[in-house]
Amino acid sequence: MAQPQLQPQTETKPVPAKPSPGKKRPFFHLSEKKKDALSGYLYISPFYLLFAIFGLFPMLFSFYLGFQKWNGLGEMEFVGLQNFRFVLSDPIFWKSLFNTAAIGIIGTLPQLIIGIILAYALNSALLKFKSFFRVSIFMPYVTSTVAVAIVFGVMFNSQDFGLMNVVLNWLGFDSVSWSTSEWGVKIAISTMVFWRWVGYNTIIYLAGLQGIPNDLYEAAKIDGASIRQQIQYITIPMLKPIIILTVFLSTIGAMQLFTEPLVFLGRSFREEGITVVLYLYREAFSNMAFGTASATAIILFFIIIVLSSINVFFTNRIGR
Amino acid sequence: MSKTIGKTRKLSISKLFVYFLLLVAAILSVFPFYWMFVMAANHNSAINAVPPAFIPGKQLVENFQNVLSNIDFFGAMWNSLIVASVTTAGVLILCSLAGFAFAKFQFKGKNLLFIFLLVTMMVPPQLGLIPQYYIITKLDWVNDLKAIIVPGMIDAFGIFWMRQYISSNVPDELIDAAKIDGCSNFRIYWNIAVPVIIPAFATLAIIKFMYMWNDFLWPLVVLREESSYTIQIALRNLIDNYVRDNGMILSGTFWATVPLIIIFLLFNRMFIQSLTQGAVKS
Repeated sequence: MAQPQLQPQTETKPVPAKPSPGKKRPFFHLSEKKKDALSGYLYISPFYLLFAIFGLFPMLFSFYLGFQKWNGLGEMEFVGLQNFRFVLSDPIFWKSLFNTAAIGIIGTLPQLIIGIILAYALNSALLKFKSFFRVSIFMPYVTSTVAVAIVFGVMFNSQDFGLMNVVLNWLGFDSVSWSTSEWGVKIAISTMVFWRWVGYNTIIYLAGLQGIPNDLYEAAKIDGASIRQQIQYITIPMLKPIIILTVFLSTIGAMQLFTEPLVFLGRSFREEGITVVLYLYREAFSNMAFGTASATAIILFFIIIVLSSINVFFTNRIGR
Repeated sequence: MSKTIGKTRKLSISKLFVYFLLLVAAILSVFPFYWMFVMAANHNSAINAVPPAFIPGKQLVENFQNVLSNIDFFGAMWNSLIVASVTTAGVLILCSLAGFAFAKFQFKGKNLLFIFLLVTMMVPPQLGLIPQYYIITKLDWVNDLKAIIVPGMIDAFGIFWMRQYISSNVPDELIDAAKIDGCSNFRIYWNIAVPVIIPAFATLAIIKFMYMWNDFLWPLVVLREESSYTIQIALRNLIDNYVRDNGMILSGTFWATVPLIIIFLLFNRMFIQSLTQGAVKS
């Protein structure tokens, strides 16, 4: 009940403050300056207004809700840290965290490595059909996540007629129960993530590779550097900012994984594949426990902050 | 002499390897699309057989008819189109105006406001999910496309992107000259900035449209009635609520995917550039 008045102070005031006279740009006289300031505030105000209502207020309110017991309809009840205690002692929450991390690593790490290799291949001189390769490798990214999850869901069917099992059987292995086994679920979901994003990262790396001046390689070749040495001492260090960027984006994306497991597992929220956001979603919209869901959101928020920092810190050290 | 021959041979082997690698990658990237088509054109019994069908069958039309009888496919496509294009149009206007203001006007608190804007980009969208839903119910926007469109207009990245582009592409001299001629600020924006920033519009439009088209979690939360479903939610419904007919499910998925793929193939250069540029530049 209480909240809704909270937000505006932290928000920008679209009311034009008096521009302090005599700053940076002397070539406009004062009235012009005032007009500029007015237009400035006017032009940026829609963002801040909308953000206040649909962004900032909900975020702050989440922090409030994390300490309440609420089913979305009745009265809220202050319960202190109980929601956090509940979530943090819920084995399924820890399972979801573990799943998110596992899928994040299986789905992302190979993606980044293969992305670099493919980018390197695409960047090699005098390559024919370059745009054909570029377009095909990038195409998965244009497919919606739901579509990807559906198609791969059918491929990873647990029966013998599922494509992956057909391939496995053909290679002499037993069928895997993809939608119910601990690692089957994770591998299936990771594959969806991998397939959709590997091309995207490839193209980003390619852009990075194209930004490395050719002289460096020429000089290295004259000095007799092997291709491996060239990669190790020129390509990787020069690519570092881009690698950091992709690791950063992938980590955040992995932590927010939701669509693939939801579509793949259906409404069952199976423990083998439940992710943190799926856990949050289940708490809120299936269990109608908005308090614990908000507590989960807050925990997720801090996990993402911590992970991003660690992430950037470690990636920074590569190649030093 | 013999040394150089050896070198070229080695080079061509490594080149062959590069082609092989890329070809495998291309096949693996494209195969699921083919597979989607195969299943969209086969009867469920042919899909659920060992070995499953590997070539398209004759069920293409019939499967799609089944889709139409299960979900409002065209209605959902239309909803997605509305959501994605209205939001994109709104974002283009709002972000270019705000970006223009940040790039070319001086006003108090500008830097602070801009830093605040950048900080908002770091916050995961799930943090505010529940209160957002609460607001939407209070506004009575549940099952209303407004619930997706209006919050979708918040795009800090878009403003950032526009500001960068305008700062480096719209010359100050031009603006000063227009001011001396007595142009209003909005006319300067409209007549001088907008024509220059068309490429930035194209980039942002592609990024935003794709994002809105593929968005899933938020529409899932606020669109509860079938008439308001976007195509992603409708597809999800296809697998969720009915007997599992893979031919039918994949048919819906295929036809929902095809339009975007065609647009992508037509404008692939622009798409690839836009979608990756966005990430790299920030």
